[in-house]
Amino acid sequence: MSRILLVLFVAVLASGALAADGDALYRTYCSQCHGITGHGNGINAPHMSVVPRDHTNASEMGKRSDEDLFKVVAEGGSSMNQSILMPAWSGLLEDDDLHALIRHMRALCCE
Amino acid sequence: MPVFTDPTRLLALTAFALLSALAGADDVDLAASCGECHALAAPAPGATAADARLSEQAPPLWYAGNKFRQEWLEVWLQHPQRIRPAGHVPARHTVSTDDGDQIDVESLPEHPAFPAGKAGQFAAALSRLRPHDALVEAEDYTPGSVAMRMGTMDFRRFKGCIGCHRDREETGGISGPELAGAWQRLQPEYLVSYIRDPRAWDPAAAMPPPGLNDRAIHNLVNYLRVIAEE
Ligand code: HEC
Ligand code: HEC
Ligand code: HEC
Repeated sequence: MSRILLVLFVAVLASGALAADGDALYRTYCSQCHGITGHGNGINAPHMSVVPRDHTNASEMGKRSDEDLFKVVAEGGSSMNQSILMPAWSGLLEDDDLHALIRHMRALCCE
Repeated sequence: MPVFTDPTRLLALTAFALLSALAGADDVDLAASCGECHALAAPAPGATAADARLSEQAPPLWYAGNKFRQEWLEVWLQHPQRIRPAGHVPARHTVSTDDGDQIDVESLPEHPAFPAGKAGQFAAALSRLRPHDALVEAEDYTPGSVAMRMGTMDFRRFKGCIGCHRDREETGGISGPELAGAWQRLQPEYLVSYIRDPRAWDPAAAMPPPGLNDRAIHNLVNYLRVIAEE
């Protein structure tokens, strides 16, 4: 019992001002399909009929503006005539999170 | 909900809820036996969901009484079988290889198993944890049927659930819980309500809300019923 209260208490203290961390967000929500390293080969990929985008591919990613990336991540593949297998994330992630993810994808492809 | 924005109040309320829930549990101490891995109280507000998620060891059990079928709990706790093929936080069990990401099966723990009597007591104690009665009561779902072919197409091609979930053995994505046995495991209203809005159940839920209307959700849940009773 005291253990749980302690954990809870620490969780309360640790909350507060945590800035959106693109790497942690990507690992938690995107790597399952796009891969830990962003190559489009996550653990779900072999089970899907459309290959997830390779976020390290500079020429593919270079075709997209940040606005395009924001739209497709927020509203899902179907919002840009792409596969429904790319989910919409705006119901789960804040705008700050989405911007952090876009920065993370830009780092993967182009830095 | 001003009450919940005050951490001290929340802590007190949670502790109280926890104590009362545990007091009713004949002989078993959920906190001592399960609390090391499972959350038995709602997370504190404010922690970002991704951080909360990455710190979790196991699925939350604090709303178990609104989620599971008690008879399933009792059997599963005696003979636990894997529900999440890649674990609760898949990234933690994933290794990147030349052939794509793979699950490090060795890193997935076996669940503790319990003798029948204990399992029954744990199942009963878990079934008393019902903070989400209101979500359950908000649903109006009557189990129905759907043609297997249509249901399969809907789940896989039109709604894309297959990206993260298996609907048959060995078919489908592996980052989410398997759903071939969802109907036997879970209460029907939980299925409906969770598909509508996972975050209403668990602020750290990792499934993006699919944004579906009642009818579409009921069709999917009917499909989960049909595949389970196949
Ligand atoms: C269930 C699997 C899945 C998950 C989880 C997922 N994606 Fe995708 N994603 C896809 C698929 C499949 C495509 C390719 C769609 C197509 O080509 O029609 C894609 C495409 C994309 C694209 C390319 C769109 C374009 O116009 O080129 C971006 C950007 C993207 N995903 C970002 C993300 C981010 C960020 C996350 C995590 C928040 C994420 N994805 C999570 C499956 C997934
Ligand atoms: C060593 C850590 C650990 C302990 C201790 C533990 N569990 Fe678990 N439990 C897990 C993990 C990890 C999973 C996820 C397994 C999976 O999905 O395949 C899990 C899954 C479950 C599930 C299914 C949850 C779901 O949402 O599908 C139930 C029910 C459960 N545990 C009950 C218990 C009970 C009751 C106890 C105490 C008597 C307990 N567990 C002790 C780690 C643990
Ligand atoms: C991007 C991956 C993803 C997609 C797409 C997805 N889910 Fe999920 N789903 C999850 C994860 C992960 C969980 C477990 C939630 C958690 O652990 O926070 C889950 C949980 C569930 C549960 C509860 C199961 C349990 O054991 O508690 C149901 C029911 C469900 N999903 C149905 C669906 C349906 C129906 C669809 C399609 C409309 C769908 N999901 C699409 C990832 C996904």
